[in-house]
Amino acid sequence: MASKEIMTVNMGPQHPSTHGVLRLVLELDGEIVVGVTPHIGYLHRGVEKLSEYRTYHQTLPLTDRLDYLAPMHNNFGYALAVEKLLGISDLIPERAQVIRVMMAELTRLKSHLVWLATHALDIGAMTVFIYCFRERERIMDMYEKVSGARMTSNYIRVGGLMADLPDGMEQEIRAFVDEMPRHVQTYEGLLTGNKIWQKRIQGVGVIGAEAAIDIGLSGPSLRGSGVDWDLRRDNPYSGYENYDFKVPLGTGEGDTWSRYRARLDEMLEACKIIRQALDRLKPGPIMADAPKVSLPPKKDVVNSIEGLIHHFKIISEGFKAEPGEVYVGVENPKGELGFYIVSDGSSHPYRMKIRPPSFVNLQALPQMVKGRLLADVVAVIGTLDIVLGEIDR
Amino acid sequence: MSEHAAVEKLKAKFPDGVLEIAEFRDETTITVKKEDIVAICSFLKAEVGYNFLTDVCGVDYLGRTPRFMVVYHLYNLSTKERLRIKAPVEDEKAPSIDTVSGVWATANWHERECWDLMGISFNNHPDLRRILMPDDWEGHPLRKDYPVQGPDRQPYQGRVS
Repeated sequence: MASKEIMTVNMGPQHPSTHGVLRLVLELDGEIVVGVTPHIGYLHRGVEKLSEYRTYHQTLPLTDRLDYLAPMHNNFGYALAVEKLLGISDLIPERAQVIRVMMAELTRLKSHLVWLATHALDIGAMTVFIYCFRERERIMDMYEKVSGARMTSNYIRVGGLMADLPDGMEQEIRAFVDEMPRHVQTYEGLLTGNKIWQKRIQGVGVIGAEAAIDIGLSGPSLRGSGVDWDLRRDNPYSGYENYDFKVPLGTGEGDTWSRYRARLDEMLEACKIIRQALDRLKPGPIMADAPKVSLPPKKDVVNSIEGLIHHFKIISEGFKAEPGEVYVGVENPKGELGFYIVSDGSSHPYRMKIRPPSFVNLQALPQMVKGRLLADVVAVIGTLDIVLGEIDR
Repeated sequence: MSEHAAVEKLKAKFPDGVLEIAEFRDETTITVKKEDIVAICSFLKAEVGYNFLTDVCGVDYLGRTPRFMVVYHLYNLSTKERLRIKAPVEDEKAPSIDTVSGVWATANWHERECWDLMGISFNNHPDLRRILMPDDWEGHPLRKDYPVQGPDRQPYQGRVS
């Protein structure tokens, strides 16, 4: 007689394969998962509350700390939202737009590399981790050269960019994206034909298109279920409509394998976009011609009293936005990252709501693992590609 | 921008339910009666094609009546259009509104977060617990009368520009 006793097991918040401080309460019947209750909030820092007490410029560094694997994407989304609120979206110069797209796609590569590395590591393929982090480190170096920081970039500013690209950066990025497809082949060589990898992820964590839309999945997690939706193509921002790229859907079957395929193909597409961006890059200004919003160039600040006063006014008082509300969603590596900003006419947001993709994607976990083996929970957490900094905010 | 296609349909179907229509920066916001929220959302999903719920959140307009506003961001996956629905919630003591988690399953966690941080409760919600704050937390941090440094402290005295 098999006993029908249900065992409750606590997983996390300190667990290497929960990708941070996620805690799951698992109900197990032997090795079969009958129920999962995610507990989140261990990393809650109150970013939304804090933003109500800061000027629009001061809120920008907080966004770096949401999805810390893709900081420039967060800067990007926030800057676009504030620009829309101010009505200066059309003033962003061409060069700034192209660099934004380029850095956003580099960030996508960076984020997907961490996804693949940790996903494979969780399932037992240690080598892939080392290879992925080798490439990620090079992107981190580029980050450092461009923005001065490896993680908390704070590079994309309201109105444009913090600074122009340093000398030699274009060549370095081009050399990197030219060899990146070869590295993706290496990862594929280690994983795609690997029987253990196939058995661990094929048919695991299946979610159909309708269920995926209902639960609010977005990004590659949704596209793996065959839903053809990408904000970069469908609601283009920052000139994405001028780039030629495909939206990979994996195999469309909604299992972990499909999402694996979709993200790998997305890495190759990102390389294509970066190459096109490099071709489009022409010399020009990097800040919008909006003196009330854009910080003046540093050489004006240190050489003229007017420049110094200008800089001081924007830093100390900020700029005021007219009353209203805007929502901007961008295609973050994890899904749709949205910023909803309500303005009351002052220089700080009256209310800022962040729509974090990981938060919504994690909600699908219970239905994706119910009735499956305990070991699949780890595979599904990996495939949802969550990051707790963004879930807890 | 011409008027949003959903506006006419919604007005025809719910002549009393639609309170206000606003346009700002090419975004359409429809303010509706909170009693009709589930019917309106079901209608928008089934008849107008807003099959994706992007976000639900609450906004606290302290000092105004109605004090709270629950904001829904809808997305149409076939026409790729956005729509914002807002519902005023008057009751200051125990604000509540019906849940839309029966229309879109994704509303479940969004509404839990709204309850946790803003203190707006959702009637008939399947699992209305705190989500980001600890279970025994008192108060709702995103309310405007909740001090930024935390409870039992003086409200923020610094300059907020």
